[in-house]
Amino acid sequence: MSAELLEGSEALAKAMISAGCRFFAGYPMTPFTEVLEGMAEHLPEVGGTCVNAESELEAVGMAWGAAAGGARAATGSVGQGLSLMQESIAEMCFARLPLVVLNMARGQGDYFQATRGGGHGDYRTIALAPADLTEAVSLIQQAFYFADKFRNPVLFMGDYYLAHVIEAVDIGPVDFEALPDKDWLLDGSTSGSGTARIISPLMPVKRNAEVFVEYGDYLETSGDKIAAIENGMEPLFESGHCEDADYVVVSYGTPARIIRYAVDQLRSEGVRVGFFRPISLWPFPSAALTEATRTAKAVGVYELNAGQMVDDVRLSLRDKVVESIGGISFDDSGFGIAPELTPARVEARIREEMANLSNEVDA
Amino acid sequence: MSEILETATPPKRKAKLVDDFEPSLILEGKHQLCAGCGEPAALRSTVEIIDELGLADRAIGVFGIGCYTSFSPVLDLEVLQALHGRAPSLATGLKRVQPDSIVFTIQGDGDMVNEGLQEVIHTAARGEPVTCVMLNNGVFGETGGHMTSTTVLGQRTKNTLEGRDPKQHGFPIRMAEMLAPLDGVAYVARGATNNAGNIFQLRKMLQSAFEVQRDGLGFSFVEILTMCPTGWFIQTGEAPDYLADKMASYHQPGIIKDAREGA
Repeated sequence: MSAELLEGSEALAKAMISAGCRFFAGYPMTPFTEVLEGMAEHLPEVGGTCVNAESELEAVGMAWGAAAGGARAATGSVGQGLSLMQESIAEMCFARLPLVVLNMARGQGDYFQATRGGGHGDYRTIALAPADLTEAVSLIQQAFYFADKFRNPVLFMGDYYLAHVIEAVDIGPVDFEALPDKDWLLDGSTSGSGTARIISPLMPVKRNAEVFVEYGDYLETSGDKIAAIENGMEPLFESGHCEDADYVVVSYGTPARIIRYAVDQLRSEGVRVGFFRPISLWPFPSAALTEATRTAKAVGVYELNAGQMVDDVRLSLRDKVVESIGGISFDDSGFGIAPELTPARVEARIREEMANLSNEVDA
Repeated sequence: MSEILETATPPKRKAKLVDDFEPSLILEGKHQLCAGCGEPAALRSTVEIIDELGLADRAIGVFGIGCYTSFSPVLDLEVLQALHGRAPSLATGLKRVQPDSIVFTIQGDGDMVNEGLQEVIHTAARGEPVTCVMLNNGVFGETGGHMTSTTVLGQRTKNTLEGRDPKQHGFPIRMAEMLAPLDGVAYVARGATNNAGNIFQLRKMLQSAFEVQRDGLGFSFVEILTMCPTGWFIQTGEAPDYLADKMASYHQPGIIKDAREGA
């Protein structure tokens, strides 16, 4: 398929459908609303279902039911709506169900929510954060693949820019390795057979199962599952100009796109600066970050919040100076789109940090 | 004069064993609930009707959280376990992607009316072709007998020690009557498990509800009054009469809506 000129939210909707998503439920909240509109328009064209849920609680519940029925299902919202969904997201991890959840965030205040989880118990969700639309339409298809592969919810971290920037993108299906059939899905066909299926966060088997699993043992396997995901997927990242960099800026999502541009500009002037962009926020690309910052004297983390991902960078780089150099973007829109994303401002901020660096070295 | 029973030789007819009374969709005849609980009879009636209607190989139960949850692993029916209050939205998603299946929910009054009231109301209003079953014993049985939104006035619970006082705790919600006026709703009834006659009536209600779903006529709802002697703090043997006197006088059994032609 060739590229089409599409607004981000519609491109995301079409890419989800290309990935085989056939059930979507949502409750309007900008900038997630526009994705919901896209799904409402395009899902019926392929025989899928898009339901206007009464709240975020019901949206995630409906998607949960559809996922249990074997459909590729998705829902989403913005940070606040995601807060309402946390209980269900946690339980779906325990119930071993796939789901794709979009967080079309305002700013980047939801990093902790996405990577630490706002829910209960021992669980983790894969979190993927694209920097531009070309990457997003491919990454969201990968989200469905990961969700099915690991039978676990996957978060997709978008924002206002991603929803509204118009770019030429190819939303054709992306090929991934074939996955086994969903021999666990519920369609009623095993009822009355003596071996009826059960999907439950509390117990994986019926009382008469050949191998019975006690509740406690089942809970224990939740921890094993976290390790299985970490061992089963390579963390995703992008880096540039890091080979001989004195200073590396770490950033994710839309701000990373601005950082990438600013670092390119600085490099053309001979400034020894590099950038590193985690694409999977969990699992976090710690090993790659360690390698990318090998020559760096210090590392700056540029994120549009009071300092959240900086924790993961510090945990990855225990012997480096790591500073938070971003901040909350105080724009009146509430969507976190300015002024912290002005390239000149970002460039000046990096220069300032690097000037301190040479002062410290000189002293 | 009636025939004199001949007792010198064993009867020719085989004696019935416990197994002969076990419904085919229940894997284990034993249950884990208290003596005198009304929920086993309600669940047994539900799965028997599914079997009798020939829907067993299409049925999926979506379970809420309560004492009845212990039945989810012992039924030979596919089960999707939901969170407290959330069964109707899970049932919605499931039915939408598996439209040929027969989807029913099992929730208690605490689960449906307290935690998840808006879920069932909107599922009913959308006319989702699913059957929601509510086991109403007027208390949170699993936590040990606390007030729910269906607890009747004057009823003693662990957090209404002097009886439910409307000045402090408000009035009970009559769930069946609340759902019936919604346009998407095809069938609403309230049954009870406190005696054999009521269980017989309940079975007919459940049959109608599942027929409504099978025929794609809309949302169906059966509320079932069940005994909870443990949560009511009374002797087991007193529970059926307590249900009749206290609960059923407020939550009156009967068919509240049947939108089928000729009904």
